[in-house]
Amino acid sequence: MRFHHQSQAISTTRRNFLQSVTGAAAASSFFGPSALKGMVGPGTRKTVVVTFGGGARDDETFAPDGQENIPHLMNELLPQSTFYTQMVNKGILGHYVATASIVTGAYETFNNFAAVSPDNPTVFEYFRKDVRRPATDSWVVAPSNGFARIGESGNKAYGAGLGAGVILPKRLLSAALTSRSDGARYEHLLRDNYETPLHAPSLTGHQIELGQMAEVLKLSVDDFSTHARSLASPDEMSVYVAKHLMKEFAPSLLWVTLHDIDIAHSGTFSLYVDGIKRSDRLCAELWQAIQKDPEYANKTTMFILPDFGRDSDIEPGGNGFQHHRTGDASSRTTWMMVLGPNAKQNVVIDRAVESVDLVPTIGSLLKFDARLSSGKPLAEVV
Amino acid sequence: MLPGQLTAESFAGYPTQARAFAAERLELLRNLPLAFVPLLLRELLVYDYKFPMERVDLERQFRFLGSLSAGDAAKHLEGFSKLRLPRDLEKLDWVNNPAIFSEQLTAHLWNTHQIDAFRAAAVLWVKEASTAFPDGPIPVRRLGVAIIGQGAGTNEYRLFRKLRPLGTYFPKVAKPETGVASILAALGRRAQAHPGPYRHWYVDGGTPVPVGAVGVTRVSWAELAPARAALQVKMQKTYEASVFDPEAFRTMMAQIKPVEIGLDAASGGDEAINRFQMTLITEGSGTQVFSTTFVQWAVREALRRAQPLTLVARFAPRQREKQMNELLAESSKRQDLDPQGSLVDADMGAYYHWLNQQRLAGAEQSGFLAWFEGHGEAVVVAPGFTKGTSSDAPVELANLLGRLS
Repeated sequence: MRFHHQSQAISTTRRNFLQSVTGAAAASSFFGPSALKGMVGPGTRKTVVVTFGGGARDDETFAPDGQENIPHLMNELLPQSTFYTQMVNKGILGHYVATASIVTGAYETFNNFAAVSPDNPTVFEYFRKDVRRPATDSWVVAPSNGFARIGESGNKAYGAGLGAGVILPKRLLSAALTSRSDGARYEHLLRDNYETPLHAPSLTGHQIELGQMAEVLKLSVDDFSTHARSLASPDEMSVYVAKHLMKEFAPSLLWVTLHDIDIAHSGTFSLYVDGIKRSDRLCAELWQAIQKDPEYANKTTMFILPDFGRDSDIEPGGNGFQHHRTGDASSRTTWMMVLGPNAKQNVVIDRAVESVDLVPTIGSLLKFDARLSSGKPLAEVV
Repeated sequence: MLPGQLTAESFAGYPTQARAFAAERLELLRNLPLAFVPLLLRELLVYDYKFPMERVDLERQFRFLGSLSAGDAAKHLEGFSKLRLPRDLEKLDWVNNPAIFSEQLTAHLWNTHQIDAFRAAAVLWVKEASTAFPDGPIPVRRLGVAIIGQGAGTNEYRLFRKLRPLGTYFPKVAKPETGVASILAALGRRAQAHPGPYRHWYVDGGTPVPVGAVGVTRVSWAELAPARAALQVKMQKTYEASVFDPEAFRTMMAQIKPVEIGLDAASGGDEAINRFQMTLITEGSGTQVFSTTFVQWAVREALRRAQPLTLVARFAPRQREKQMNELLAESSKRQDLDPQGSLVDADMGAYYHWLNQQRLAGAEQSGFLAWFEGHGEAVVVAPGFTKGTSSDAPVELANLLGRLS
């Protein structure tokens, strides 16, 4: 009960401010004439999901003090979106297991640091099996080696051969650099996960390796390495690869997990905020790329959500923004932004929804049945 | 093993005082639920090396337990008793390795969606014990001082953004060149006026300035450089291994002894401080590589454990962000510092310093000062300083400190 009240208090603060700034419509006016609906274009629908892996708190995003960190989300994307103020994650708050839970629509319970596949079918498997789509139609771009098996579950009815292609840009860059002498110029792109001080699980997934990059992405090792030098962070590299995938394959289902924010585990507030600012900019870049690409424009729904929050400043068992260990309301409650033809513009949804609701929602859009998910489709955007 | 099977011999591996403490309270321990007793033993195991206030806290919990009838004790611990635990946990050597039990218990609680129930039970337990046996009065109002921004030049970040609504902002602090000396002099005076072990602390994120007074406990980034280097070598080896096991890594870090990283009581050190310093860099996240994180965590832990009457924290520039293996090579490479980012880190660190101070006894009377080193900006949070206001009159830090003592 206490948790429920805290969640509501958090979202109420954010909602009130959003309304004062943007004039966003409340849920009660959702079905009214003021809510504009984007134009639905011809052709097959597509979905792009961006998660802020690393967890971001309201305090540094949509709360009044945090809004200076997200000018693109606030000023460009929010007015075009349906915005959920209470996205609650009731599962384990570790990045890999939490992302796996979002990807499967079921709360996974495996060891966050183990190199294992999710137990439940992933969104990619549901999509490919039900809609009979080829492997090139669903992709994951993930930040660290720990995400190598995120694309395909261990479920016997799905699993092998039905998952998404997984690209780990840092892994590719690291491999590319073994033959070069100027590795120091790229070190800013190879930063590691800080969830535990030193986290580098072994790889056992089906990720694209360096030798396949030229063939699959039509991108030479030299071109990739040269471009990487101009980028500021691993997340920029992920978005670069995501755009490349869009150009080469125009996948119907593209999932990008950003992770720069996770530097917060090192306890450096400035670097955590820098990560949020970068994520904000990259989300806008990706949305703009979608709007400019005829394969995507007017038929793509984009979901943006942190995988969860981080501990509250006032929770005595935690250390504020640094971790997400307490399971308090701040660490479990975050937001989700939905843009695209099915999302009414400038609408705020107050009711609590869960992060496992995302996959059934995508299922309604892309016409598959997420039958083992514990979530429910979000009626406002399907 | 279940708590009811505990005997005095169960604690044979404990240090002297801890062993005696456990033996005297054996009956109490035997009646506690399995989800609770190892967590208590985790504290008891290091009783010999605890600060005086930590011992008071631990003794308070046992006094509270001892004051309850069997029925009342069961009621107060119901939140722990109701947790569903696997048999595997019973088989662990939780008497001698309570930290490992704690880790596995935590993982189990998350996996089984019981972490919220556990958290609620723990919060309730601490609250009830504190209410039944409240803290006594403290001899002087508590004072916290955060010195932030060393080495930062022109600043466009709005400083003290979280503290200003809580107190009075001073944008025209005069004579900033004497600020550090004024603050450390005030610390020395308080140490002389209210002497006692671990009552007055000075934490520095760089090279500490001599305080010139006895009775001040000092912890600094610079003085821990040899210990940090020794630890970084161990971390680097783990990092470069072909297969990395995060759980084994955490266990390795938890089992390091002070002497292994050069923090040796035999060389004249204080065992409680040596262990305190060791845990800062073995249990903290980021404290091994970023000095701003080190100061923030040291302040949090000093306040939580030693509950000092005075704590001065001085942040210094940290190294820039790099790959982990580069960060761990701190001792062998020239430092590339980030003063501006460190200022932002420290601004948040100052807020956390105040928050953690407010968790201690006498919070309503406590005073807190945060100052941008070498510059004219400060904020004071204390009774008598109006919340959310700004004072444009020039003022010296010595004057503000005088009002806080």
